This record gives sequence, structure tokens and C-alpha cells, in this order.
Amino acid sequence: MTLSIKNATKQFGDFTAVDDISLDVAEGQMHGFLGANGAGKTTTFRMALGLLTPTQGEVLWQGRRISYADSPDIGYLPEERGLYPKMKVQDQLVYLAQLRRMGKKQAEQGAMEWLERFEVPHYANKKVEELSKGNQQKIQLIASLLHNPKLLILDEPFSGLDPVNVEMLKKAILDFQKQGATIVFSSHRMDHVEELCDDMSILDKGKLIVHGSIREVKRTFGKQNVRIHSDFDITSLSAVPGVEKFTAQRGGGVFRVADEAVGQNLLTRALEIGPVRQFALEEPSLEEIFIEKVGRAHV
Amino acid sequence: MYSFWIIFKQAFKTKAMTKSFMITTLVVVASFFLLANLPSIIESFSGDDDSQQTLQVLDETGQYTEALQAQLSQQDSAIQLEASELDEEQLKAEVEEGSIDAYLVLAGEGQLSARYVAESATDSAEAAELENALQSLQTANVAEQLELEETELARLFAPVAMEREALAESSKSQEELSQARGLVYILIMVIYIAVIYYPNMIAMEVANEKSSRVMEILISSVSPVKHMFAKIAGIGTLGILQMMTFALAGYLAIQSSGSDLTEGIFSVMGFSEVKFSTFFYAILFFLLGYFLYAVLAALLGSLVSRTEDVQQLMLPMMILIIIASFIAFSGISMPDATYVTVASYIPFFAPLVMFLRVGLLDIPLWEPLLSIAIMLLTIGLLGWFGARVYRGGVLMYGSSQSLKDIRRAIKLGNGK
Repeated sequence: MTLSIKNATKQFGDFTAVDDISLDVAEGQMHGFLGANGAGKTTTFRMALGLLTPTQGEVLWQGRRISYADSPDIGYLPEERGLYPKMKVQDQLVYLAQLRRMGKKQAEQGAMEWLERFEVPHYANKKVEELSKGNQQKIQLIASLLHNPKLLILDEPFSGLDPVNVEMLKKAILDFQKQGATIVFSSHRMDHVEELCDDMSILDKGKLIVHGSIREVKRTFGKQNVRIHSDFDITSLSAVPGVEKFTAQRGGGVFRVADEAVGQNLLTRALEIGPVRQFALEEPSLEEIFIEKVGRAHV
Repeated sequence: MYSFWIIFKQAFKTKAMTKSFMITTLVVVASFFLLANLPSIIESFSGDDDSQQTLQVLDETGQYTEALQAQLSQQDSAIQLEASELDEEQLKAEVEEGSIDAYLVLAGEGQLSARYVAESATDSAEAAELENALQSLQTANVAEQLELEETELARLFAPVAMEREALAESSKSQEELSQARGLVYILIMVIYIAVIYYPNMIAMEVANEKSSRVMEILISSVSPVKHMFAKIAGIGTLGILQMMTFALAGYLAIQSSGSDLTEGIFSVMGFSEVKFSTFFYAILFFLLGYFLYAVLAALLGSLVSRTEDVQQLMLPMMILIIIASFIAFSGISMPDATYVTVASYIPFFAPLVMFLRVGLLDIPLWEPLLSIAIMLLTIGLLGWFGARVYRGGVLMYGSSQSLKDIRRAIKLGNGK
């Protein structure tokens, strides 16, 4: 286990930001943190980085608490983006990489390679404040991984980007993982987590309410969606035993069921009403799991 | 150590490259040259005008003009006299017209009387010189009439021998003191400006990094303590270099003005007998004062979220420096006073006040050493304390403008 959070709790005065979280992230894995605003994601990351000391418990990196000696091995993209507004892009990247003890020559070369990869080499000698927000974010991401860290922590890496750039950054992050880096990132976009991650966790009000591999999480959720499209009104089917929720859609609807057998039952009933144009058994999306879990936790 | 140097270099370079820094340096250097050459510049503007003009004299007795001229030359006065051929009405008309500045009327047998007539009474330098010369002339005349011997005359005008003697062993002799005073005054001024200017730079720098949110990246890369001290060292080095530039410029400026630092205004400042130790102490106390206030400034800078709030939070620190300067400047005339002695051991006042004492008094070596030790200890404590505040402060955002936030910051940094 490279990164392991053990019973970590962080309190600010009376407020508990992170409440007894335990979690392991294996080497080379991509781990996604989901959570609403204020769920404790950033505090967890800051504890992992050693910026905050847990009130209780500990966070270990390769068996030790993270210290500044590990600085070259760690990359961090903070939620609040920050760069020197008046400094030139390349100078800035080199400076930040040097702080992580990368050599100057290497950093200069690496910075240019990344700028080219993100299709912005012409910004190398521009001041950061002259760049658009999306481009600043690219620079910020480069700054977090230019020194080839073994552990990369990304706090909301895709927020505020257009779809084209999101794809570009996603690909870069996936490639970086393939080179062997362990990556932890947070998002409130479920689809990004679903697409990129091996493992995931959901935080709510400082508590870890779901965690594990995505497949496992979905399986243990134990529910499936039954999609039925028909030319006839099938709303009455929501009364069938075993249906937990019905969401009407154009030309049909989606039934949430606890058991696959209920799905078959629904199909039979639907056929009694009229011809069925489409029938599908679907895995629940992370979004549904999230809403279900977090919603329930709120009550 | 590598990252320390990186931050050190960065802090030094970015500050040195800013336009405001370069302009400030250039302006100060230029003003040194201007000030040093001011007398000759003024002369070159006014030279062709009135100073070369001769003063018209209406000598009713007809016997004083020559004697007065002789007396004036003896006084190193530039005034040239010329017996006028015009009468008073005509001279008055000329003054009113502006073709001459003034004229002098001499009258009286035995008892000399004179009238100096000018457009306005403000041009008194010339009148005063004349009065002086006339007084001497009068004295000589009367002495002659009384048939006094040369020796009797000498006794009559012998000045009282009054010398101020200080009983306290520590105090320097009056002569030494007045010589040291000017230099110490200037150096205190320099230290005072330096401990305001450079620590302010640090606070702004830290607040800038915080408000641009780059701080979180920085302190996740290197420890806040290292970051803070590298920055302080970088800007401190820049400060020393800037001060040295000023000193060199000042020296060259005075050289270029042709003065040898012992005449005129400089004789008052005591540059003629500069003691090496005064400069040594000046640099030492500058460094100590800088570090002391820089750590404090970094601490305060780490508490604000916006650069606009820096000045407000810096106010308590500024008040400390201003109080120190009050004590130091008032202490120049009485460096022996008890409150000066006490203040010279209080760390925040010591950089100015202890320097004043070592500059003006012959105090035993242990006194400055003790004061330096107290300051070093305070810097150490503040550094330790500041690092703790800094660690939390840099992560703290929101409306933080009061010193109460120090407690919040320590809590945040500590994880308690």
C-alpha cells in the first residue's frame, strides 16, 4: 500500500471536517474522491500532503508519514488554483519544479514538452495573467506533474474546462498513471470518476460512506435499472412489487429494482399492456449511487 | 539546501527586477549626486547675477571705504565696495529700478553709523557681513582714539575659555560627541528606513503569494519555515546590496563635488574622524533589526488573504519602529538618559537605540553584546513562533485582519 489513511480525523474547533476515515490506495492506482462541497475532500488531501496534521489517526506514504523529504515524489494540484500572475509560464514551471528538487535543465526541457503536448508552446514566454482560465489550468496541471512525482494529488482537476480540454487533460492523466504513478483525485463529476478510476470513495460531511473498486461498489449497491420503452403508458407498472423508484422518460421510463427477477416480471407486465420497443437491464450509474447514499445520509 | 537557494534566488531576482525597485535605486543615487553638487549648481545659476556686483557706497566722511574693504577681505567676504559718484536720490532711484541691489551710506565722525538700503530687507546675508565688518572697524577706531596698547586690546577681546567636561566615564568628550553625532544621526536614519522598507517588502511578498494562491503549492513543496527564511535572506541580501550601492553612490557623489568631507556642512557631521567601529555596528544593527522585523512582517503577511489588508495588520509593527525612532532621535542630545539605556535592551528598540549608545558613548563591550544576545534570542523565538503561525496562516483564507487570527493560525498549523 503506498498511501494509507488510518482512522484520520480532523477537527477545526468544534467542527469536524474529516471524521475517522480509513482508506488505502495501492501503487499505480487511480483513486477518485467524490463528495459534495465541504465534504472534506480538500482537508483529506491536505492531511495526506502533511499540510495539516490529523487531530487523530495518521496518513502514511510508503509506511511513513509524509515529510518534506518526500517532496520530489509528490505532485499536488490544489483546488484553489494559484500561480504567480506576473511570472512567465516557463519560468514559473521551472521554478516550481526546482522547488521539488528537479534539475533546471531537465525542468526546462520537460516544461516545453508538456506545453507542446497541451498545444500551448507559444505561451512559454507569456505572463500567466495574460492566459485564459482554461489555459492557466493546463499550466497548473503541468506544474503538478512536471517533476515526475510518484504520488499525484489532484483536487478538482477538470473544473472550469471546456469538453475538448477535459479530454486532453484526462488523457494526459491516464498516460501519467500508465507510467506508474499513483493518482488520487477529487471531483464532483461522477462520469469522470467512472471513466478514469479503478477505486473510488464517497465522502459526505467528513465521513467515508462508500469505498472500493467501482465494480464492487456497483455490485454491493445491489440495484439495477430496468429501462422499458413502449408506445403505451407504463406508469402503472411502478406499482409492481420490488420497484423502488420510477422515473418517467419520453417514450417510457426507468425502474429501479432490487432484484433482477423483478425486471423480468416488469417485462411480462409491459408486454401485457402493449408491444415493447426497448428493454434493457442497466448497471446503476455512480450518480445514482451518490444521490442515494448521500441523500440517505442526510436524513 | 537546494530549494532554499532556489527560493533565495527567486526572491532576490524578482524584487531586483521590478521597475519600482530599479527606479527607487536610480532616483536615490541621482539625488545623492544632485545634493552633493547643489552648492555649485546653485552658484552656476546665480553666478552672473548679483554676487559679482559691487556695492555702491556713499561715504560722507570719505575715509572709511578703504578700511572697510580691507576688513571685508580679511573676513573672506566676497563683497566689493565702490565709492559712488552719485547722490542718495539717484542711488535710491537705481535700487527702485533694479539696476543695483543695494547701497550703503556711511556717516559720523568718531562714532560710525551706517545705513544699508535695499529693495527689501530680506537680503540680510550681505547686511550681516557688513555689520560685522563695520563693528570691527568701529572697535579699532575707538581703540585708537583711547590710545590703547595692542596687548590691552587683546585682553579686552580675549574670549572666555569655557569647556564642557563630562564626569561620566562612558561619555565621550564634547568635541568627540559633536563629531560622532552627525554620523550617528544619519546612520540611525538609514537603519530606521531600512527596517521599515525591507520588512514591508517581505510582508507584501508573502501576502502576494497568498492572495494569488500559489502559496499552497509552495508550502506543499518546501517547508514553510524554509520558505520564510529563504525569502527573508533573499530580500535581506538585496537590501544590503542596495544600501551598499547608496553608500558607494554617496561617496562618489561627494568626491565628484570636490569636497574632502571635512569642510563646510560635512565638518558638522564628523566625517573627518570616522571610527570604523561605528560603521561596523551600523551594519550589525541593521542586520539584526532587519531580521527581527522581517520575521514579524512575514508572520503578519501570512495572516492576510488580500494584499490590501497588509498595511492594516502591519500597523502595530510600524508603531514599534516609530517608537524606537522617537527614543533614538530624542536620545541623540542625551544618550546618557535612563530611558535610552533601558530601551537599548528592549529587542524591538535595540537596533536603533543600542546603536545610538555605542555610537555616542564609550560603553563597555558587554552592553552591546548583551543587547545583541537579547535580539538574537528574540529573533530565534519569533522565528520559531512565526514559523508556526506561518504554517497555519498561509492556509487560512477569509476576512482575517486582526491579530486574533494568530491564534487561529497556530491552531490550524498545529492540528490541535
